[in-house]
Amino acid sequence: MKTYVNPVYQYTRPSELDRPGVRRPVVVVGAGPVGLAAAIDLGQRGVPVLVVDDDHTVSVGSRAICYAKRALEILDRLGCGQQVVDKGIGWNVGKVFFKGELVYRFDLLPEPGHRRPAFVNLQQYWFEQHLVERAQALPSVDLRWDNRVVGVSSGADEVEVTVATVDGEYTLACDWLIAADGSRSTVRRLLGVEWEGQVFHDRFLIADIHMTSDFPTERWFWFDPPFHPNQSTLLHRQADDVWRIDFQLGWNADPEEEKKPERILPRLRAMLGESAKFEIEWASVYTFACRRMQHFRHGRVLFAGDAAHVVSPFGARGANSGIQDADNLVWKLDLVLNRRAPDTLLDSYDFERTRAADENILNSTRATDFITPKSAVSRTFRDAVLALAKHHPFARRLVNSGRLSVPAILHDSPLNTGDRNEDFARGPGTMMPGAPAADAPVTGPAGEWLLEYIGGGFVLLAFDAAIASRDVAALAADDIPCRIVEVGGEPRAGVVALDDRQRLAARRYDARPGTVYLMRPDQHVCARWRSFDLASVRAAIARATCNR
Amino acid sequence: MATLITESNHPSPDDFYERLVATHRGLSDEESALVNAKLILLLANHIGDPQVLAQAMTAARQGIGDSKSGGAV
Repeated sequence: MKTYVNPVYQYTRPSELDRPGVRRPVVVVGAGPVGLAAAIDLGQRGVPVLVVDDDHTVSVGSRAICYAKRALEILDRLGCGQQVVDKGIGWNVGKVFFKGELVYRFDLLPEPGHRRPAFVNLQQYWFEQHLVERAQALPSVDLRWDNRVVGVSSGADEVEVTVATVDGEYTLACDWLIAADGSRSTVRRLLGVEWEGQVFHDRFLIADIHMTSDFPTERWFWFDPPFHPNQSTLLHRQADDVWRIDFQLGWNADPEEEKKPERILPRLRAMLGESAKFEIEWASVYTFACRRMQHFRHGRVLFAGDAAHVVSPFGARGANSGIQDADNLVWKLDLVLNRRAPDTLLDSYDFERTRAADENILNSTRATDFITPKSAVSRTFRDAVLALAKHHPFARRLVNSGRLSVPAILHDSPLNTGDRNEDFARGPGTMMPGAPAADAPVTGPAGEWLLEYIGGGFVLLAFDAAIASRDVAALAADDIPCRIVEVGGEPRAGVVALDDRQRLAARRYDARPGTVYLMRPDQHVCARWRSFDLASVRAAIARATCNR
Repeated sequence: MATLITESNHPSPDDFYERLVATHRGLSDEESALVNAKLILLLANHIGDPQVLAQAMTAARQGIGDSKSGGAV
């Protein structure tokens, strides 16, 4: 590759090879986007965390390139969102073409007043490198490269992990093991856990090319384009003038032949024109499946990301959902480790994230069925939709080139406290219990965006309501403390005051004077009321932490 | 709950039927299949009601192939 050289992270001889090691609270298997996100979150909370990875570098090849708004917001909380946004390419607009003509255009973030765009495109190696650098800056995160897990034994009280290195094998004991070791998860195999799902009979070629071009920064998807008849093609811009082109090849394509430059170049020339100047950075031929484990919690082993669930790439629902897994898991694990919550709280990780995985698999399967119809009649309906889409707006809503990743709404979670007040707006896009926090521009002591003040721990977000100082102090002193953020309030001891200068926060939260929201540590709405009541807030926190 | 109309709802049934067949005149089987698919999509959007559409799909599938897999998909 011209634009990127994979870093080589240094292996160091683990001390456990020479003397017995200490029992660890958490070991993470896999230093990919999900394992690193979990490790950083744990590290920020001061939990000692050991990460083992069987390699010594970041992703080879660009792989996951589309990072959604919600993943970026999570990275903001993890202290490396800005690096990813600065290096990446932001985009909001997608276009769909059929036989060379534009049939559908969508804008994933049609309103202003959000810190982050709908998506940032960035090669996975860059993304991982920023996360590694953030993890390395945290004293309680220990990254071990070229340390390969070869044995896992999960008991009632601890997990024993056997790790192989160039210097020999050693054993680690830990309270909890996070398996973030990818779709071919070693931990899953070692525990003998099956997963089920659907394998799709189609092959795709990824070609990353280095090219200076004035194509707009948008997602372009072609059905049956003149330059690649009867198949689909997808174009994305990445950092450093690298472009991702994804050609559908069909099930009968020979993966080894199609990887050869002499096969790739004519496809690219047909698409980009004979005079286009480009160089191939990286190419890969892949197939995919949609499947998930029945449960993501197996005793003291917690599966996250591709180790737990995989989807087709159309919709960018792989890495983005894995980062949400880590976001959902770590605050719960922290409370359990600190004995502030029973370990049944971790069952809610399984409950919430298996449902999220089902939603992602449903969307991804539907997109795949549209892109790769499985029967002649399915193909006929697909072509009929595309033919109608040019003139009839209704058909554009049926065109499915991938329903792009949106955060899971945990609407039926047992951790939610249902609305007691009937007059709150409900449904998709509202701040109902389980919804991820909407962002809004604000003026405050530490930053210009609402999300900068929410998360990490529980937060009570109060709109034009002055919470009594004795209640502020009481919530701060609880076993599981809750910070107070007042929108429209005056700064005082224990209270962060924000100015909702464009009134967008109040509008997005359907707030009236007195409305309060309880936000979870992962920035999801936990409960909301039209007026503050200390006992109700405490009961909702207890419910959200399985303490009742 | 809306119900699929199965009594005659055409002002002039014979005119409708003639027009339906005429729409396909001169087309290959493949072209006809595409026209039919477009027609279904246009009419389904016009109806909109998911219950009515599900009843129509079930009725259309009745007695053809494995009866258990008939209906809404």
